[in-house]
Amino acid sequence: MARTITLLQAINEALDQEMARDSSVIVMGEDVVGGSGAEGEMDAWGGPLGVTKGLYGKYGDRMLDTPITESAFIGAAVGAAASGLRPVAELMFSDFVGVCFDQIYNQAAKFRYMFGGRAETPVVVRTMYGAGLRAAAQHSQSPYSIFTHVPGLKCVMPVTPYDAKGLLIQAIRDNDPVIFFEHKGLYETEGEVPEQSYSIPFGEANVVREGNDVSIISLGLMVHRSLEAAETLAGEGIQCEVVDLRTTSPLDEDTVLESAENTGRVVVVDEAPPRCSIATDISALIAQHAFDALEAPISLVTAPHTPVPFAGVLEDQYMPDAARIAAAVRSVAGYAP
Amino acid sequence: MALTKNDLLRAYRLMRTIREFEERVHVEFAAGEIEGFVHLYAGEEACAVGVMLHLTKADRIASTHRGHGHCIAKGVDVPAMMAEIYGRATGSCRGKGGSMHIADLDAGMMGANGIVGGGPPLICGAALAAKVQGTRDVGVAFIGDGASNQGTTFESMNLATVWNLPAIFVAENNGYAEATAADYAIGAGSLADRAEGFGMPAATVDGHDFFAVHEAAGEAIRRAREGDGPSFIECQVNRYYGHYEGDAQTYRPPGEAEAARANHDCLDMFAGRVTASAGIEREELDDIDRAVAALIDGAVSSAKADPAPAASEYLTDVYIDY
Repeated sequence: MARTITLLQAINEALDQEMARDSSVIVMGEDVVGGSGAEGEMDAWGGPLGVTKGLYGKYGDRMLDTPITESAFIGAAVGAAASGLRPVAELMFSDFVGVCFDQIYNQAAKFRYMFGGRAETPVVVRTMYGAGLRAAAQHSQSPYSIFTHVPGLKCVMPVTPYDAKGLLIQAIRDNDPVIFFEHKGLYETEGEVPEQSYSIPFGEANVVREGNDVSIISLGLMVHRSLEAAETLAGEGIQCEVVDLRTTSPLDEDTVLESAENTGRVVVVDEAPPRCSIATDISALIAQHAFDALEAPISLVTAPHTPVPFAGVLEDQYMPDAARIAAAVRSVAGYAP
Repeated sequence: MALTKNDLLRAYRLMRTIREFEERVHVEFAAGEIEGFVHLYAGEEACAVGVMLHLTKADRIASTHRGHGHCIAKGVDVPAMMAEIYGRATGSCRGKGGSMHIADLDAGMMGANGIVGGGPPLICGAALAAKVQGTRDVGVAFIGDGASNQGTTFESMNLATVWNLPAIFVAENNGYAEATAADYAIGAGSLADRAEGFGMPAATVDGHDFFAVHEAAGEAIRRAREGDGPSFIECQVNRYYGHYEGDAQTYRPPGEAEAARANHDCLDMFAGRVTASAGIEREELDDIDRAVAALIDGAVSSAKADPAPAASEYLTDVYIDY
């Protein structure tokens, strides 16, 4: 039976159900329990935002607090995955990948290929991303394009509580390494989620709003802002089709191209900086394979090519918002050669 | 663990197999028969074999650039290894890995590693898996003196202590990280002192002396199996060839490797000891030498004759399901 819960609760429930179902699933990370070795309470934090709260009480030693040692524990998760477990490692902020990337992109991602198909590394790295919390340059980035670039990794970024649960269950059961991106601005998003376990296949984008005038291709938090813009534009007589990519690797090229061919006018919205980004990648895909259908140049709405600033007045400009998205859509909708 | 005659003969066979394998790769590489980079283990055989004689197939190891010896000692198929180095479809990794990435997870060999310091975190994971699953298996991370300075190694030693993991860190200090001396690069009195700083027992042994390595490894592995946590062993050793094949080694004093080979060779030391006091005849060792030479001859011949991977193989094995 479905009921309304938050995205944070949906992630907790996915972990809970998979840990109950499969004793090889373990969770590790900095303060995923909180309180290890201290004199006060265990499960004091349940993750910095409480995403894993309560799991320690049920699963005990399968919930592992780590020292602040990302190279070692992400690598340990990879090694444990290659040794028969299904670890879910929490890289607290995706910005921290700088201190452990080798274990992800040179080890986990390459084992299967490098070892001639004779390795399985079913590891999940859950990680927070995204701006908007005034967390500044080293706790606010959206570095999913860096991971998407790496053959051997799968990259997932849920937008709704329903998707968060189903995609995380899929990630845990998946036999390839998965990077699971959680936008810190989406944890309190509410939505209907079935109580029972279910999984959502990777590589299936979601058309979250249908329309025939302009396609907005987006991902993560930007899907919400795109929907907000689409609502405004509908009042102006511009019907937008909004596509949530859901996974950037594998990428559902067909849904993207079908939408572009349907509307002939495309805006790509991405919270990350523009160079070598998901936005440019989607744009290139459409330019290569749906060129004949295009009636206007593809427009990209992205962050600028800068670090994420701290002060509110700066960060608010950094992140694409509904107004910028709507302006881009109007420009594309009104384009005539 | 008391060594039986069979154990000793097995140890000799493994060390001789590694030596013969590496000597042939050296020759074949010089003849232009092998492409890419190879890093030879000749001279260091007692380290791998002294440790691996204690391990079962279910125990896991992670290796280094210089991984051929660890693979052979852990039980990876020798002809398949040679075929891999030749880039053949019959290779351990079906020609996709090469010398620096030979792996066989079924044999508990988690891979040579092209990244210096790549292995220790992985072994923490293997050891964690053993602990979670309640087996008595252990994980052994082989590192060189080069990787002894990597943050991943420090972090892994700390994590192994914090989680009380059945992990053993074996540092093969051959005196040079590529072309830079260990004495220059290691900012501590000794590697063992460092390990003790991470809260684990440490031993320093002559890495040419099979018996010294075997004894230290036995104690470390016993502790790990009994739930007493990680240990560290530094094996001081000499590599007979360069960092990689083709390395002119002008950073080494002339005659250094030759002197070690002449006066402190692990195979000579082993043979001298077991023929003097273990009831093993020289002829028995000679028989092993002949059998090993035939094995390596066969491995080289078959590797040369084996097919390259199908050209279409470059696109496969990236994902299990995509």
